[in-house]
Amino acid sequence: MIRTTPFHPRTSAANQTGLWSHWSGHLASEKYQVAEKFEYFAIRNSAGMFDSSPLYKYRIHGRDAERFLGGVLARDIRACRPGHAQYTTWCDDRGFVVEDGVILRHAADEFLLTAAEPNFAYFADLIGRHDVAIEEVSDDYATLAFQGPRSRTILEGLAPEVSALPYFALTPATISGIPVTISRTGFTGDLGFEVWVASGDALAVWDAVAEASQGHGVIPFGLQALEMARIEAGLLLLDVDFRSSRFAWTDEDRSTPTELGLGWMLRGIEADDRAFIGRRAIVREMTEKTSRWRMTGVVVDWHDYDRIYTNAGLIPPKDHTPVHEEFFLYDDDLKQVGYATSYAYSPILQRHIALARVRPNLAAPGTRVRLEIDVNHRYEYVAAHTARLPLYNPERKTA
Amino acid sequence: MTKKTTAPKAPKGRTSRTTATTSTSGTTRRRTTGDDQRYDAIVVGGGHNGLVNGAYLAKSGLRTLILERRHLVGGAAITEELHPGFWFTTFSYALSLLRPDIIHELELTRHGFMPLLMANTFAPMENGDYLLLSQDRGENLREIARHSKHDADAYDQYEHDVSQVCQLIKPLLDMVPPDLFSDDPAELLALAGLGRHFRRAQPRVVQNAIRLLTGSAADFLDDYFESDIVKGLFASASIIGTKVGPYSQGSGLVLLYHSIGEHDSVFGAWAFHKKGNGGFTQVLARAAQAFGAEIRLESPVASVITKGGRATGVALSDGTEYHADVVVSALDPRRTFLELVEPRDLPTDLVDHIRRFRFQGTSSKVNFALDGIPVFPALADRGVEPFRGFTNIGPSMEYLERAFDDAKYGWYSQHPYIDMAVQSTIDPDMAPPGKHVMSCFIQYTPYKLRERDWDAERQNLGDTVQRTLESFFPGFGNLVLHREVVTPLDIERVVGLSEGNIFAGEFLAPQMFFFRPAPGWSQYRTPIDGYYQCGSGTHPGGCVMGAPGKLAAGQILKDRAIRGR
Repeated sequence: MIRTTPFHPRTSAANQTGLWSHWSGHLASEKYQVAEKFEYFAIRNSAGMFDSSPLYKYRIHGRDAERFLGGVLARDIRACRPGHAQYTTWCDDRGFVVEDGVILRHAADEFLLTAAEPNFAYFADLIGRHDVAIEEVSDDYATLAFQGPRSRTILEGLAPEVSALPYFALTPATISGIPVTISRTGFTGDLGFEVWVASGDALAVWDAVAEASQGHGVIPFGLQALEMARIEAGLLLLDVDFRSSRFAWTDEDRSTPTELGLGWMLRGIEADDRAFIGRRAIVREMTEKTSRWRMTGVVVDWHDYDRIYTNAGLIPPKDHTPVHEEFFLYDDDLKQVGYATSYAYSPILQRHIALARVRPNLAAPGTRVRLEIDVNHRYEYVAAHTARLPLYNPERKTA
Repeated sequence: MTKKTTAPKAPKGRTSRTTATTSTSGTTRRRTTGDDQRYDAIVVGGGHNGLVNGAYLAKSGLRTLILERRHLVGGAAITEELHPGFWFTTFSYALSLLRPDIIHELELTRHGFMPLLMANTFAPMENGDYLLLSQDRGENLREIARHSKHDADAYDQYEHDVSQVCQLIKPLLDMVPPDLFSDDPAELLALAGLGRHFRRAQPRVVQNAIRLLTGSAADFLDDYFESDIVKGLFASASIIGTKVGPYSQGSGLVLLYHSIGEHDSVFGAWAFHKKGNGGFTQVLARAAQAFGAEIRLESPVASVITKGGRATGVALSDGTEYHADVVVSALDPRRTFLELVEPRDLPTDLVDHIRRFRFQGTSSKVNFALDGIPVFPALADRGVEPFRGFTNIGPSMEYLERAFDDAKYGWYSQHPYIDMAVQSTIDPDMAPPGKHVMSCFIQYTPYKLRERDWDAERQNLGDTVQRTLESFFPGFGNLVLHREVVTPLDIERVVGLSEGNIFAGEFLAPQMFFFRPAPGWSQYRTPIDGYYQCGSGTHPGGCVMGAPGKLAAGQILKDRAIRGR
C-alpha cells in the first residue's frame, strides 16, 4: 500500500491534476496545476512550497560521530561546523560514488543525513568500534522546502532567525509555537529554505507558511517544476544522472566524484590526512588523471535547433518538461564523445539545456559538441556547447 | 564599454517613481561639439525598437548614442508606480511577438529577461456564464463543449490551420521586405525567393493565409465555430489597435498578427514580462549598455541635421548637437519624415504617402489599483485563479461589432471591448500582497471625437469602462483604489505616437510589408543618406516585436560595409 506524507491532507487538496508519482513509497505530486511552468515561475519569481518528506533521514550521533563520518564521507565533515549543512557524497573503496545527500550538523556530535535511497545498513555496518549510534528517522520528520526569491521575506515573518541565515546554515526556530529546524538548503538553485518539523506538527507548519504567503503568489510545486529548476541549477539526481556503485552492473555505470563534477569536494585532499573510503583510489585517479568523464552543462544552439526543425517542416518543440532519457553527444566527425543524462528546455535561459558528461579533454566551457535529437523520425545532430554548471545561478541563492 | 553615469533628477512635482534606468548622461550639456559629442550612430527615441537598434549597432562595434525625450526609456513599453506600491503598465502590457532571435543575439536572459506564463484565458459572458481556458488541451475541449460540442471539435482544427499559416508567414517578420519596384537583381532574387517560399507550401495553407491577410476575422471564424463566446474570444484579437470591426475586411490580418507571436514555440502564447513591459525595456536598456551603447534621457531631439543631402547629426530642442554619420529615427513615420527633417528635402510622392499613412488611434487604457481581486459570481470560489491571464470582455462578435459602430460615427464605445490583465496575479512584485493592479485595454475610442475632445471626455471614458466592468464583476467599483485613464490623445502626448496609434501606423494591408511605411521605402533607409528609420511604422510593425529595430540595424551595417570597401 502506497504511503502518504504528513503534508498529504494539504498537498492532496491542492493537487488539481490527480497526477502523483511514487517516491520512496510515498505519493508525491507530479504537478498541482495543469501548467507546471506556472509552478516553475513561482520558484523563480516568488516562492513555491515543495513536500520533500519522502527523503530518507538518518540521525547519526555519539562521541565519535564526526570521526565516523569523516571516515565514510568523501567530503571533509570537519569543515561542517555545528549549525551548518553540507552537500556530500560517499564512495566505495574503488573511488566510485555510492550516493549523495545533504547532512545537517545540529551539534558537535549530532548529525542528520538525508539520502535518496535506504542507507541504514550501509552506514551501520561501518560503525565498528566507534561510539556512534545511527537511527532511521525518515518517518519522524516532514520536510517542507520553501524556495524562491520571496522565501526569506515571507519566512522571516514567522521565524526571524532566517533573515541572517547564511547559505547552507541551519537554525532551530519555532513556527506558530512549534519547534522546527530551518536550513538554508534546497534543490532548486534559488534562494530557499527547508523546514524540518516533527511529523505530527507538519500540517500546522504548512498552514502557517501558507498563511504567511497569502497574496505573494506562492503556490505548491510538484516534481516536474522541481526537475526544471534542478537541471538549471546543475543538481544531480540519483538514477538519472548517475547510479549507485553498489547496484551498478558495470563500471560504465559507475562514476567517481571527479567524473560527476564533484571534485571540488576533494580540494586539498593531497595535503590532508583524512582516511575515508575510496581515498586511495581517488588520489590515484587525480594524480594519474584517469577520470573517464567530466560532468558539464550543455547549452543547445537555439538557432541551429530552430533551423533543423523548421527545415523539417515542424515547429521547434520547446517543451520544458524534462525527459529521463540519454541523449548522445558527438564531435563534428560524429564520433561519440559523451552523453546527456538530463535534458530540458529552460524557460529562464530560453534554451535547451542538459547535464552531460563528456571526455575530459572536451570539458572546457564553450567546447563545441553536437547533440543527437530525433526529428521527423530520424536523428539530427544539433550544435551545442559545453558550459560551466550551474547554468542558472542567481546571486540571491547565496547572498 | 558602458558609460557609468547617473540618472538626471526627476522634474519637480513628479509624484511617480519609475523603474530605474541606470545610465544617462552625466556630462554637462554644451553647445560646443567636441569629440565627446561625436558618435558613429545616433538613435532618436528610446522605445523598444530604438533600444534594440542601438543594442545591435553597439554590439557590432559602433559608438552608439540613444536619445530619449522622457525621463525613462521604453516609449510605450514602460512600467510606472502611479499609486504607492502599485506598478502600472501605462500603455503596452504583454509580450508575444518579440522575435526570438533578439532574445538570444542581444543576450537578454543575462539581463533579466523573464516572460512569465499566463496560465488562463477567461471570457466572462453577459448571462453570467463564462469560457475559461487553461493550459490543458483536454480540459479546454470539455470547457468549449459546454458551449458547443461542434466547436470543441473545431477548436483543434482551427488551432492547427492558424498555426500552419503562422509558420508560413513567420519568416516574413524576420526579413527585410524586397523592393517590389526595383530592377536590382538582388531584389528580384529576393522576390523570387519569396515566391518560392509560398509555392512550397500546401495550397490550403496559402489560401488560408490570403484569407486572413485580406479578409475579415468573422468570415474566417464562421467557418469553424458556431458559439458566440468562442467566436467572440477569438475575434477580439482581430480588432486590437485597429479601426476595424470583426466583420470588416482587414480584421483577419490583425487576428493573424495576434496569433503569430510565440513563447517557447507555442504560437499565440502571450506572456507577462517580469515587472511588465517596462521591466522588459529595462532589460533591453541593460543589454544595449552592456554592448556599449550610451543612453541619454530627457534629451528631446528637435531635428536631424543634414548637410548636402546627408544626415550628420541631431539637434536637441535646447540646441545641443550630437554628430554621427548614421542617424536612426525610432519614431513613427509622420515624425520621422515630416517633423525631424524638412519635408521639402524629401521626394514629393514620399511626403504624400506619409501624409496619407493612416494612424487613427482607436485604443485606450484604463488601469486600476485594486484593493482585492474582482469577483465573477459564477467563479467566486476560485479566487485569483481565473484571472491568471487575459480576461476578455468581448462575449460575441456582435458585441465587438456594435462597439465598433460607435467609433464609426466618431464616438467611443458605450459597451467597450476590454482586454483585462490582473498582472499582480502573475507577478507579485506589481502590487502589495493581496492587492492588485489591473490593466484594461479599451476599444473603441477614436482619436478624433465628434464635437468633443478627450480632455473633456477622459473621465467619462473611465466611468464607461468601470460601468461595464461593474456589470460583469458586481462590486468592482468598491475595489478601486486608483484609476488611470489613457486616451489616444494621451498616448500621442506622452509617448509621441501620432494620433495615439499603438502600432505607429495601422495594420492594414496597404500599409504592410512592401508598403510600410511607403512604397519604395520599406527597407529602413530614407532619401537622406545616413538617415534611417527603425520604428514600428516600418515592417513588420508594432506589438513589441523588436524586428524593425533589428532589421534596420542590419541594413545600416550592410551600407557601412559597402561604403567601407
